[in-house]
Amino acid sequence: MGAIYKRELKSYFVSPLGYIFMANFLAISGLIFSICTLQKQEKSSVSAYFLYLLIAFAILLPLLTMKSLSEERKTKTEQLLMTAPISISGMIFGKYFAALTVFAGTLAINSLNFILLGIYGSPNVPLIAANVLCLFFVGALFLAIGIFFSSLTEDALISALTSMDVIFALFAFSFFAQGIEIKWLKTLIQWFSVLDRYTPFMNGQLDITSIIYFVSFAGVFLFLAVRVYERRRWA
Amino acid sequence: MIEFTDIYKNYGDKQALKGISFNVEAGEILGFLGPNGAGKSTALNILTGYLSASAGTAKVDGIDILENPIEAKKLIGFLPELPPLYLDMTVKEYLYFVYELKKCRLPKKQHINEICEVVKINHVLNRVIKNLSKGYRQRVGIAQSLIGNPKVLVFDEPTVGLDPKQIIEIRNLIKFLGKEHTIILSSHILPEVQQVCSRIVVINEGQIVANERTEDLIKAVEGPMKQIAKIVGPETEVLKALRELPGVKYCEILGKQDTDSVSYLIESEERIDIRKALFHSLASKGYPLIGLEGMELSLEDIFVRLVTKKQEAEKKKKTIAEQRRAN
Repeated sequence: MGAIYKRELKSYFVSPLGYIFMANFLAISGLIFSICTLQKQEKSSVSAYFLYLLIAFAILLPLLTMKSLSEERKTKTEQLLMTAPISISGMIFGKYFAALTVFAGTLAINSLNFILLGIYGSPNVPLIAANVLCLFFVGALFLAIGIFFSSLTEDALISALTSMDVIFALFAFSFFAQGIEIKWLKTLIQWFSVLDRYTPFMNGQLDITSIIYFVSFAGVFLFLAVRVYERRRWA
Repeated sequence: MIEFTDIYKNYGDKQALKGISFNVEAGEILGFLGPNGAGKSTALNILTGYLSASAGTAKVDGIDILENPIEAKKLIGFLPELPPLYLDMTVKEYLYFVYELKKCRLPKKQHINEICEVVKINHVLNRVIKNLSKGYRQRVGIAQSLIGNPKVLVFDEPTVGLDPKQIIEIRNLIKFLGKEHTIILSSHILPEVQQVCSRIVVINEGQIVANERTEDLIKAVEGPMKQIAKIVGPETEVLKALRELPGVKYCEILGKQDTDSVSYLIESEERIDIRKALFHSLASKGYPLIGLEGMELSLEDIFVRLVTKKQEAEKKKKTIAEQRRAN
């Protein structure tokens, strides 16, 4: 896993992909941040900033994972990985953690924005910390979704677009749930809704069950990616 | 060293391998011969753990590739048909990556330098792979297969797309590697495996057609020898002289090559070399022989002959069995 992690991490910055991702992430985040918090308005809203950034993740994060496995399949380099003495899960996790590292690094750089808030105002530090932590876990889930769809195709664009669709569907669950009157169905759909899971963090609460949800859901998608590879060997 | 037992592979409804079995002894160079789509790559992919067999077992040094894939894969160096290269890396970065991927424990720098010397890529170590020629890319592919000094090397069509000089170099390299490794060399070119391998397994439509020592296989497929001769002289007389030669089975005019000479196709009996007799006969009659070239057997010819021989042998066996039963 270590060798794949290192190669993958390096590959993000040998190609322009890593730089483009970071530049777009920071530019979009900076724009939302300035609109939500730095403009002259009655009350600045850090929570709104986090909510809009979360939605931007649906487009940004699949770009990071779209080539992870699909490119290996297209160029046949996966033959090297799959005939090397490593497990399939080692290969998938190596790729996943590399994407997660780039994302976490960018999120850390992005957090410099909050220094501005400290200079010009009195920010609610626990609320910001809870939101940044939650953004990390939501990102971890979205990257796992991206890795899964990258394992299904050798076309990076299809991988990115299908990942975006699924992520938007996870957002949409929240709106579906509002129109449903059957209680158990409503609860079930809300359980899967990313926005509903995110709400406690917007209020400054550190909700452990939501973190477990994001981590376990990410685990499910990574497990499915491993199964895709195992199944392909038998197909 | 390699045991391939009753391997089947299905792709949906299509059966790519229909119960193939063969063994490779330690230190042997085995040729795996078959036309495109015969199932060669599928068999090699199963052996190297890239694919799983629908039925049957593949073992390397007694280790089952399905039961203990990680240990079995440590013993194999694999060069697929398309070398699995990361084009954005330099040769050095790539080989260091493969070293770590294979969890190799040999002294890193020394081991990689030795490999680079063997495959002659020391002078391109710092070049980005995408800027290398096809021949060098193939060499880098071979180099990665040698990392970890595996007991078994599997080369799938290693000379496809190379120019004649590169083909000779790669063949010589494989011969050299054969001194220390057990090798399976897949190809669809008979002369290639003939020159390098001590034994040949012929596969067609997912079945093994022959599994014999190279000399025995060549004898088995030997049939009428075909030659093309360019001769100067009156066509009818030359044709008559050729047909009268002892051992000539069939002769026909192929056409005029230039103003003087005419090309003739001469087919001789099995294992009869007519070249000396042809020269003397034409010389005595005053018809200059200005060119003579042998026609190599095509892979299709080989399969037809092998399949026919196999069917004849099976027929014989059946007849003997029936006679025994009748008695």
